[in-house]
Amino acid sequence: MTSSILLQTPVQSVNVFAIIMFFVFVFITLYITWWASKRTRTSSDFYTANRNITGFQNGFALAGDYMSAASFLGIAGMVSLRGFDGLIYSIGFLVGWPLLMFLIAEPLRNLGKYTFADVIAYRFRQKPVRIASATGSLTTIAFYLIAQMVGGGSLINKLFGIPYESAVIVVGGVMITYVLFGGMLATTWVQIIKAFLLIGGATIIVILTLLHYGFNPITLCQAAVDKYSLDVVSPGSYISNPWDAISLGIALMLGTAGLPHILMRFYSVPDAKQARKSVFVATGLIGYFYILTFFIGFGAMMLVGRDAITAGGDTGGNMAALMLADATGGPGFMGIIAAVAFATILAVVAGLTLSGASTLSHDLYTSVIRKGKIDEKGEVRVAKTATLILGAVAIVLGLLFRQQNVAFMVGLAFAVAASANFPALILSITWRGYTTKGAVWSIITGVILSVVLIVLSPTIWVDLFGYDNPVFPLKNPALVSMPASFLAGYIGSLLSRDPEALIKFEEEKIRTHLGIGAH
Amino acid sequence: MKLQELPEFKKMVRLKWRISIILTLLMLVIYFGFILLIAFNKPFLATSIGRNLTIGLPIGIGVLVSAWVLTGIYTFWANRYHDNRVNEIKKKIA
Repeated sequence: MTSSILLQTPVQSVNVFAIIMFFVFVFITLYITWWASKRTRTSSDFYTANRNITGFQNGFALAGDYMSAASFLGIAGMVSLRGFDGLIYSIGFLVGWPLLMFLIAEPLRNLGKYTFADVIAYRFRQKPVRIASATGSLTTIAFYLIAQMVGGGSLINKLFGIPYESAVIVVGGVMITYVLFGGMLATTWVQIIKAFLLIGGATIIVILTLLHYGFNPITLCQAAVDKYSLDVVSPGSYISNPWDAISLGIALMLGTAGLPHILMRFYSVPDAKQARKSVFVATGLIGYFYILTFFIGFGAMMLVGRDAITAGGDTGGNMAALMLADATGGPGFMGIIAAVAFATILAVVAGLTLSGASTLSHDLYTSVIRKGKIDEKGEVRVAKTATLILGAVAIVLGLLFRQQNVAFMVGLAFAVAASANFPALILSITWRGYTTKGAVWSIITGVILSVVLIVLSPTIWVDLFGYDNPVFPLKNPALVSMPASFLAGYIGSLLSRDPEALIKFEEEKIRTHLGIGAH
Repeated sequence: MKLQELPEFKKMVRLKWRISIILTLLMLVIYFGFILLIAFNKPFLATSIGRNLTIGLPIGIGVLVSAWVLTGIYTFWANRYHDNRVNEIKKKIA
């Protein structure tokens, strides 16, 4: 009797705090959207916030775009249940950022206008390369979006007690409002606020946790080993097959450098210098955040306990961070963190939708169908129509995939990004001999191979379809699909001649390195 | 003479890519070194370094920190040296 009341009380008061906090967030962000809508007139405003975002602001926005609720709740939960193994994931999610800075960010900023396809297609025949890049971009976005919508819907369903369908429609509706009216400017500020809230919230959870351990993270780890075993600070069985570990590592690292919504953000800053600075800020913020999630995981395994975390049948530990917030700061604090998680989902989905809409309107409609012949007003109208279409698609996908296990889709999105977008970007920036045919071959090989191999992998073939043995042995296809994409690009280029591209490469070099002629 | 054949330009481009590739290789070695340890030598990462602590902890956190430090090194180099060279070349051709 008493215990059931104790169990119910926090849940009810959580709703109140969480809902108030959530409405405050939505109110502020909608106000920003209204403010941004008055500054969003041209297509450059819509896609790039007129390139007026500073490197520092963009660093926060990049971090906001990248840190999903899945990485906050999922990694903290994984650490709480598996200890050290959770750290392996967060490391994989961070190490792609330096590569993005050293190889891609500055040339991308100097060469492109609105999308990463601008860079790949720069010196090639537009139609085939735009269609191929759009395929790579939209495939990545679709898988990422499904994972976010379904994960977000069920999370909100759990946190706020509202039905899954309504949760998906609310997320979709608010997100469409941000993007449709406020374009890149509103989306950027939503990301900045969200990054600030998420990092601030995680910092407070860690501080409150460490109060119990003399403010010493080492004491916390030692106490965890006392309570459980040395396993919590040692690599465990989660990654048992070495080739799986390497393949996942490749997907996470190179995939980061091929995510369309991340790449698009580099056009919102004025020049290459600010693009570089924004990666430095983002890497610092994301790295700091992942260190926090590690200690949140340890805090949860100590102050909440593994039995309590998995008691509700939550085998992934997705509620561990929230339960720790409750244990250290009470139900009010837990409500605030729940609202932050909600805000996180909204922001990530908005960023994805904006980049998907830019692919549809700029790469496909404007460049392929209209061959670049479209006036300013027309381009904005098309971009907004694309936003509506993509927002509706996101809602429908969220509803369709409701009962599906979509956790693998984030891995798939990274695999496609690492195998289709990344090789084509690198080759087009650095290799003189790359041709139209080579570009198309590398992207199409990357997309098809990564999708087919993941269907044949243990993740889908065994876990979802129920066959006894996988056709393809690795859980993540990047170890095969990424090199195959480079090889296809190489062979395609050797088998074709593209004299025009060769001439343009010389001119491209000046723009890549000096920024002369950059938008 | 074409701009892209200017010795200063060629030198700047070569140095930029050299720095980029060295730092990229460093990141790859650090990260895949860590992954290969997990894949092939888990007991090493579980080596004890004091009460209830393993060498895996500082190594893991170290990989996270190294990623940020490498972006810092590149940013420092680019702000301090690379940007000046780019501006000199731009001034020269203006």
